Amino acid sequence: MATVTGAPPLAPAPGPEERSPRRRGRLTPYWLLLPGMLWLLVFFALPMVYQASTSVQTGSLEEGYRVTWHFATYWDAVTDYWPQFLRSVAYAGAATVLCLLLGYPLAYLIAFRAGRWRNLVLVLVIAPFFTSFLIRTLAWKTILADGGPVVGALDALHVLDVTSWLGVTAGDRVLATPLAVVCGLTYNFLPFMILPLYTSLERIDGRLHEAAGDLYARPFTTFRKVTFPLSAPGVVSGTLLTFIPASGDYVNADLLGSPDTRMAGNVIQTQFLRVLDYPTAAALSFLLMAGILAIVTLYIRRSGTEDLV
Amino acid sequence: MITVIRKNSAKNSSRNSAKDSAKDAGKDGPEAGGDVRLSGISKTYGSFTAVRPLDLTVPQGSFFALLGASGCGKTTTLRMIAGLEEPSSGTVSLGEQDVTDLPPYRRPVNTVFQSYALFPHLDIFENVAFGLRRRGIKSVKKQVGEMLDLVQLGEQARKKPHQLSGGQQQRVAVARALINTPRVLLLDEPLGALDLKLRRQMQLELKRIQTEVGITFIHVTHDQEEAMTMADTVAVMNAGRVEQLGPPADLYENPRTTFVANFLGTSNLIEAEVDSRSGDEIVLTAGDCKLVLPRARCSGPTASGGRVLVGVRPEKTSLTHADEAGGIPAGRNRVTGTIADSSFLGVSTQYVVDSPVCPEFEVYVQNIDRDPRLVPGAEVVLHWSPAHTFGLDAAQDIDAGTGTVGPDEGMAA
Repeated sequence: MATVTGAPPLAPAPGPEERSPRRRGRLTPYWLLLPGMLWLLVFFALPMVYQASTSVQTGSLEEGYRVTWHFATYWDAVTDYWPQFLRSVAYAGAATVLCLLLGYPLAYLIAFRAGRWRNLVLVLVIAPFFTSFLIRTLAWKTILADGGPVVGALDALHVLDVTSWLGVTAGDRVLATPLAVVCGLTYNFLPFMILPLYTSLERIDGRLHEAAGDLYARPFTTFRKVTFPLSAPGVVSGTLLTFIPASGDYVNADLLGSPDTRMAGNVIQTQFLRVLDYPTAAALSFLLMAGILAIVTLYIRRSGTEDLV
Repeated sequence: MITVIRKNSAKNSSRNSAKDSAKDAGKDGPEAGGDVRLSGISKTYGSFTAVRPLDLTVPQGSFFALLGASGCGKTTTLRMIAGLEEPSSGTVSLGEQDVTDLPPYRRPVNTVFQSYALFPHLDIFENVAFGLRRRGIKSVKKQVGEMLDLVQLGEQARKKPHQLSGGQQQRVAVARALINTPRVLLLDEPLGALDLKLRRQMQLELKRIQTEVGITFIHVTHDQEEAMTMADTVAVMNAGRVEQLGPPADLYENPRTTFVANFLGTSNLIEAEVDSRSGDEIVLTAGDCKLVLPRARCSGPTASGGRVLVGVRPEKTSLTHADEAGGIPAGRNRVTGTIADSSFLGVSTQYVVDSPVCPEFEVYVQNIDRDPRLVPGAEVVLHWSPAHTFGLDAAQDIDAGTGTVGPDEGMAA
């Protein structure tokens, strides 16, 4: 203040020096965004463009591929592989439902009942991640091995009769059936369900349970009217985190399934790495992506997450 | 103007209907209503005793306050009445009914929680309707509308709790509990989160609602002024037991323990020895002073040689400059001292006097004619009527109840 009033004619002089640091300050957020944006550009946007162009190319491995805007590849992919797409959605959906049924009670127990064991149980939930995805899936091959104790027990309890009748197992075999693939998917993606559920349950103020009880709600009504609606954001994010990767998965179907349980991921993998038909593989990838996006959009619309706190 | 009138008339009609429904609730059974009785109730957590065995009866329709510093067991007591805490011993009865073993959702009792605990995913209407819906009442619209009008939130019915201010949320919490016309409404420091001005306003509002609906209110607070403003009966709690119970004015005028004397307002306590008795009065000596105390107001020993703490409230004491000590009427208790500090409070001036019998004797003098000689360092005589004197057993801690509330908070004005 004093300098400005003391020397009014000189006031504009310090302008440029003052302005440049301020402009730099205004640009700071963009500088901070830059690494992330670059990452997305190089590893997401460019591959997408490349893949899009691949999907409309024709040619062969020997002569090379050229963009010919051959959109029929998409149509062929749908007509040839729609069963695998349906299977992807069905298996991923079943695994998501199983994850929710198994994960919700566990997340609830960790959030409200585990007390001082809470952190230990959380570590146990994440512990399987310390082993490779592949090894964990292969372990299921041993667990569900023909004539093994698990299959023997299920057979003795006549569970296999029911599942065979439902068409998810075949005779006294579990391995190489849809049930085995869904079991693998459920097991592998369970932590992705539990962790968001736990986070949203843990945030619920315990006094809300007391308030509901005080207002004549029995424990189960309290759960139905207060706890579950408040955990809905966790349910939505947990199901998305399970369903999306599960529907693109091919390892479980590859290791635990049979040719009859191939999912969209398996087809894409085969086209890319074995058949080397890049345009079909690229078109399949886009179709899978579009399908998942459509399902997820519908799901989010239905669950109305914007209404949730 | 018109809108104000319309608002008021709507308010009045809803008040009446709320009152009617409360009366109806009282009519629906011979044992409906009734006193809240706690018999030998206690709560221990491991080796820590939160509430010592406690007997307490809250008469039907009264506004009852449990007053105490934090950790004195008042909230635990309230939660045991609500059923949110299981007593370690003793019973809770509402009227004739023993509710000790009933879960909270079966008790005809509702709570206004300290942090309101409104359901964040439900709008105001649904929050208020929650209790009615749980009891299977289908058409809640009229009742909820009336209740929202009673707490002046009719316009906010479709907002979510986080869109309301603290004061509005507080009123939703009251409406949500009150709509169930419980036999007892429990309030757990419901005004703690509000600023001073809003708190005063809500105190009057709650008092008004209680008078209108006639439901028993049990209010837990650590604010002695709030308890005295609102309640018909105050129970002062300390370290898990009730120190004293009675109407606010009675507690203030006749404290029976040093904790009550210090926690409710401020008291000047002088250590003295009983000298003699004459009729209904006791004569005591403290240093060179002779003090007189009505026998009925002494809860300490009254036999000669007994140690008594003589107490007097700051606003009941007069301050006269030593030069004019001759003008003090005979028969008043007197103590001499030097002014150590004075602070001007507007309506009154607070003096702290250093006296040989009481090192920090507080006096409030109304600012009618200010004596310019009364400045720090002046020699003064403090004097008060024996009728305003109370006596406590000197075996207690003289400082109990101080420090939890600022010494000049509350009763200054």
